[in-house]
Amino acid sequence: MVENRRWQALIGHAVLILGVVVVFFPIYVAFVASSHDLRTIAQAPMPMLPGAHLWDNYVRAITSGSESAGNAPVGTMLWNSFVMAMVIAVAKIAISLLSAFAIVYFRFPFRMGFFWMIFITLMLPVEVRIVPTYEVAANALAPIQHLLDAVGITDAVAWLFSIEIALKWNMLDTFAGLTIPLIASATATFLFRQVFMTVPDELAEAARMDGAGPLRFFKDILLPLSRTNIAALFVILFIYGWNQYLWPLLITDNLLTVQIGLNRMLAVGDGQVDWPIAMATTILAMIPPVLVVVFMQRWFVKGLIESEK
Amino acid sequence: MQKRVTFNSRTLPYLLVAPQILITLLFFIWPAIQAVGQSFQREDPFGLRTAFVWFDNYIRLFGDPFYYHSIQITLVFSLLVTLLSMGVALFLATMADRVIRGATGYKTLLIAPYAIAPVIAGVLWLFMFQPTIGIVAYMLDQLGYDWNYHVHGNEAMMLVILAAAWKQISYNFLFFLAGLQAIPKSLIEAAAIDGASPTRRFWTIIFPLLSPTTFFLLVVNIVYAFFDTFGIIDAVTSGGPGSPGATNILVYKVYSDGFVGLDLGGSSAQSVVLMIIVIALTVVQFRYIERRVHY
Repeated sequence: MVENRRWQALIGHAVLILGVVVVFFPIYVAFVASSHDLRTIAQAPMPMLPGAHLWDNYVRAITSGSESAGNAPVGTMLWNSFVMAMVIAVAKIAISLLSAFAIVYFRFPFRMGFFWMIFITLMLPVEVRIVPTYEVAANALAPIQHLLDAVGITDAVAWLFSIEIALKWNMLDTFAGLTIPLIASATATFLFRQVFMTVPDELAEAARMDGAGPLRFFKDILLPLSRTNIAALFVILFIYGWNQYLWPLLITDNLLTVQIGLNRMLAVGDGQVDWPIAMATTILAMIPPVLVVVFMQRWFVKGLIESEK
Repeated sequence: MQKRVTFNSRTLPYLLVAPQILITLLFFIWPAIQAVGQSFQREDPFGLRTAFVWFDNYIRLFGDPFYYHSIQITLVFSLLVTLLSMGVALFLATMADRVIRGATGYKTLLIAPYAIAPVIAGVLWLFMFQPTIGIVAYMLDQLGYDWNYHVHGNEAMMLVILAAAWKQISYNFLFFLAGLQAIPKSLIEAAAIDGASPTRRFWTIIFPLLSPTTFFLLVVNIVYAFFDTFGIIDAVTSGGPGSPGATNILVYKVYSDGFVGLDLGGSSAQSVVLMIIVIALTVVQFRYIERRVHY
């Protein structure tokens, strides 16, 4: 170009380095705080270089947590978060693969009805249906009960057999409650639908001629072909699962995820907060998803761009 | 929409869609219907009886100055988060597009905050600005500024905006960089030969060519600011400080009125209003994806 490129590149680097420093400053401050004892941190200004308590603080956080927040160990929280994220990511991918397969490769009544029903979930994030969704989690069979009541079956059974039908399945404070309500996914279904649409018809024809049934075709041909998309989506969904906040906040009490546990540590009033432990927890909470993004960057970028289509 | 070659089975397709559909019905559609139903009802304080009250909850909602306040601050919040994070991201992306060596390195570093949960982002910023021990609060204090976001509403607002925008920079940066890299270099070189300055080239060529990306990000960022910032608000301010709640944005108000305040009818009416907002935003997003912005 006409201008001096060297200068341009130099300014570019300077601005980018400044940008990276600004973006990483909050994380650095948290890291430094997690390496000092509480007394050092409580005296403003806090030091700007790491201290000697790094190992102590992390071991203490993982094994016994923050004293002012009831000593819930962060190790358990991390495990809970990990299980939640894995279940959500894997289950979302599994049920979306299946429903996309049905919608693309079968002709059946209500096909488009189902498609639109899945589409609608895009417009109903947890945030807009907080209380009723909580009620369902408190008793997942309540809708069926309502249905039985409305049709009169409950009354009929009570009159005939003098048994009262009271269905109950409480999902509060369980892994089922944490994960199942979050695993429906319109985005993933659409993504796989698009992937399947690009698979040449000849493959399905050939598979049929060779006598393969639909499930065989799905397992041996479609799954291997969508491997890269599955990997990309997994990265996005793992982060989505790991970072859940509102839903666990509503339905868990003892089954703490790391985000909720951290919030409890801070909710004790400013004077009581054990800052080094809280900041160690903050750092621990961000390590898994950040590692996933950085080391699976290629998949991550692919997944991000595809899931927005 | 569908393949020419299909399989035949009476029951299999239903079994395949069953898990997805059951969860959708149970945890999405049923609660949504309930929310709409409850928004027309009012419970007595003991939760013993409910009465059908037509549009009373909505009339009460839209007659409530606190609700208008919440709408107002949600708009201010979303607008500033969007502008700030998109502005910074575009600036950084232009620079990254310019440097040839090391661009991937910067990219790797700058996308890290995307992976951080909103609530964690909130905690990071809260810690720096914590009035008694926060490092930035200390610096402000040294400069003679009395910083205390527990008391001053506008400072609390600024803090949640910073945290929310910070987290979203990664996402915007990635998409802006991809958009910039897709612009043919020959166009920019031609303009440079014609003597257009870098600034002029940016505003007359690059920025218009980026408009599809910009518009897409605008919608995504507004959705983010409206719905995904709950964790930041909850961690940093819990909707406060003060009585109309200086940072009590719409999603937080639904939660605090319904779950903490136990006003089911009022909270459901707010849910329904939010649903309409989401539907509108989704429609905008999808229409746009069908026909990209033309230039």
